[in-house]
Amino acid sequence: MTMTPAAADTVRVGEDMILNMGPSHPAMHGTVKMVLTLDGETIKDMDIHIGYLHRGFEKMAEMGTWQQVLPYTDRLNYVSPMINNVGYVMAVEKLWGVEITPRAKYIRMLISELSRLTDHLTSLAAGAMELGGFTPFLYAVEAREYLYPVIEELTGARLTTSYTRIGGVAKDLPDDYERTVMKAIETMRPLVTKLDKLLTKNRIFYDRMIGTGELTREDAISSGCTGIMLRSTGVDWDLRKHQPYLAYDEVDFDVIIGAKGDNYDRYLCRLEELDQTIRIIKQIFKQMPGGPINVGDWNVVLPPKHEVYNSIEGMIAHFKLITDGHQVPAGEAYSAVEGGNGEVGFYIVSQGRGRPYRIHVRAPCFYAMGIMKKLSVGKMLADIIPTFDTLNMIGGEVDR
Amino acid sequence: MELTGHLVLDTVLWTLIKVLGFLFVFVLGTALVLTWLERKYSALLQNRIGPNRANIGSFRLGGLFHMMADPIKMLFKEDFTPTTPNPIMHRLAPYVGLVPVLVVFAVIPFGPTDQMQISALGVGILFIFAISSLNVYGGVMGAWASNSKWSLLGGLRISAQMISYEVAMGLSLCGIFMVYGSLDLQSIVRAQGQVLFGFLPAWGLFMQPLAFVLYLACAIAENKRAPFDVGEAESELVAGYFTEYSAMGFSVFMLNEFVEVVMIGCLGATLFLGGWQIPGLVEGTTPGMIALQIAAFLLKALFLVWLQLTIRWTLPRFRYDQIMRLGWKILLPAALVNLLVTGIVLMALDRA
Repeated sequence: MTMTPAAADTVRVGEDMILNMGPSHPAMHGTVKMVLTLDGETIKDMDIHIGYLHRGFEKMAEMGTWQQVLPYTDRLNYVSPMINNVGYVMAVEKLWGVEITPRAKYIRMLISELSRLTDHLTSLAAGAMELGGFTPFLYAVEAREYLYPVIEELTGARLTTSYTRIGGVAKDLPDDYERTVMKAIETMRPLVTKLDKLLTKNRIFYDRMIGTGELTREDAISSGCTGIMLRSTGVDWDLRKHQPYLAYDEVDFDVIIGAKGDNYDRYLCRLEELDQTIRIIKQIFKQMPGGPINVGDWNVVLPPKHEVYNSIEGMIAHFKLITDGHQVPAGEAYSAVEGGNGEVGFYIVSQGRGRPYRIHVRAPCFYAMGIMKKLSVGKMLADIIPTFDTLNMIGGEVDR
Repeated sequence: MELTGHLVLDTVLWTLIKVLGFLFVFVLGTALVLTWLERKYSALLQNRIGPNRANIGSFRLGGLFHMMADPIKMLFKEDFTPTTPNPIMHRLAPYVGLVPVLVVFAVIPFGPTDQMQISALGVGILFIFAISSLNVYGGVMGAWASNSKWSLLGGLRISAQMISYEVAMGLSLCGIFMVYGSLDLQSIVRAQGQVLFGFLPAWGLFMQPLAFVLYLACAIAENKRAPFDVGEAESELVAGYFTEYSAMGFSVFMLNEFVEVVMIGCLGATLFLGGWQIPGLVEGTTPGMIALQIAAFLLKALFLVWLQLTIRWTLPRFRYDQIMRLGWKILLPAALVNLLVTGIVLMALDRA
């Protein structure tokens, strides 16, 4: 990516201001740099530089076994880590042809939806804060804080969850988990109502959001936008509904779609999806099947510890899985889940050697960042803020 | 009037006492407490605890000592000067902004009798307009001398914003002169002691309700605090016009803001909430009565300060062009209509 602030022939020195917004700037969370050409406060040109958070995830993934990739996926979209966990193992299972147990499916759905709540709350909070509404920001962050202990109880961590396993999940739900989750959601929901009351019909907020960052349906589709970016333009497309995975076809929920595709629509879509997610969580608990959480095959899942210590078969299976890795057959597979921001896809290539040959992540924000310039040029400097917020760029995911 | 040496000394001493008592104790004291109170109050609104750590020995007083800890910290920080062709201007700017705000208090009557005013200027309110417009220079000088693009953008925004809102604010207060027939603040307060319809005090708030709303909006906009803080706009312009200030320079800009909060409170209380008037009580002559009425004035001012803090922590920020639209297309016409209606009503009352 070369740095071309503006074409030399269209700009005379002393007329336009070149402004480097970021990578160290309060609004450029997730470290991104925008080179702006400003005419007064109007943006004439914009050059987005990403990559400041590049860790080489895809390359690192080639170094370890299939299971060892999992902790890296926590750090992709770090506000909804468990959706990435689910997405990754689903891709491996698809390539391998492993069918997981019904209970594992429901647990994976549950953790995806919990993560979706934290993701949307974070996005709403950050958006409010950057428009100067520090109070709603703290309401939403507090709401999120009620969910993190729930996640921590299940996985042992707030962010670095690494909860899924190829062939199932790490451990079963704790006792009385339904009550824990529902209690957290009941404490959280009134705070979201407060945020809604402070912002949604606030004239100042409305004026900042409406008509800014307007995305047309054609642009959204041609640029590869998914998730809320796409749905806010009125396209009815949700992977959970239209390409159901896990057991999403067994739960009932509505796909929230917008009309104009501007920041206000995206804000409303996020707010509404919170309620749909809560609706899904309630159904998940109602329909949660019993049974094992992992497939029984020791080629896929580590044998239970008492087998490892007390039987030769168990010990060998454990040893082979840890040292050789999962014997995923050679081939390629693409699998996608509906993440907080859109389609989180994993494209994996195996050569049958117990470790990934190549992994590519289709990060939803990456495509949204591609359209960012189009949403901003011609608008004002201050409009970058709500647009960048509702687009919800997550550095860990875009830069990988 | 010929002043004898004794009288001059007396006047000077008396003025100094008033300056010390009102300006240094009440105004700067409130501004200092506000640095802590604002954080504590916002914490209350946001379900947080807020600053509570500063202590002297085992005394914490809920963190009240933060207002002392902050200036001490600021004094010992590096006073950074950016590479700029105007280092003197850069150094001077915060004080240029602060002085006019402090001077405004000279004409605010904080109690009954003519003595309870640092300077009994006949053109009181015009003086306030003249002096408070100078405030914009501090920010603009600082922004220009900082040699930073963020500062420059912030400086442009505040200069446009402050000058625009000056107009609407001036017009919104014109109704007050017309109703009370005076520019002198003490006379305005005295006139507010009358009774309206037999039960309402003739406060500016009841005589000119629209003007009060306009005044509050314009005053907060002039003070550049949220929701009008586009010049600072930490998510857009880093810190706007004072991006390049650290240590006491930064501190003085903040103090400037807080003093102005108190100023808006005092002026609002004087013009709209009856100043030192307590409904039902006549102008005090005994020391007890005078003290009571001074307290009433300070309480009214503090009420408006509280109102400003609540607004500050409730509303999100405008966009720059939306502020201008609000100022020129809504507040200014509204102020003009208010003026027109006031004029018609006064004429009608005169005829009757």
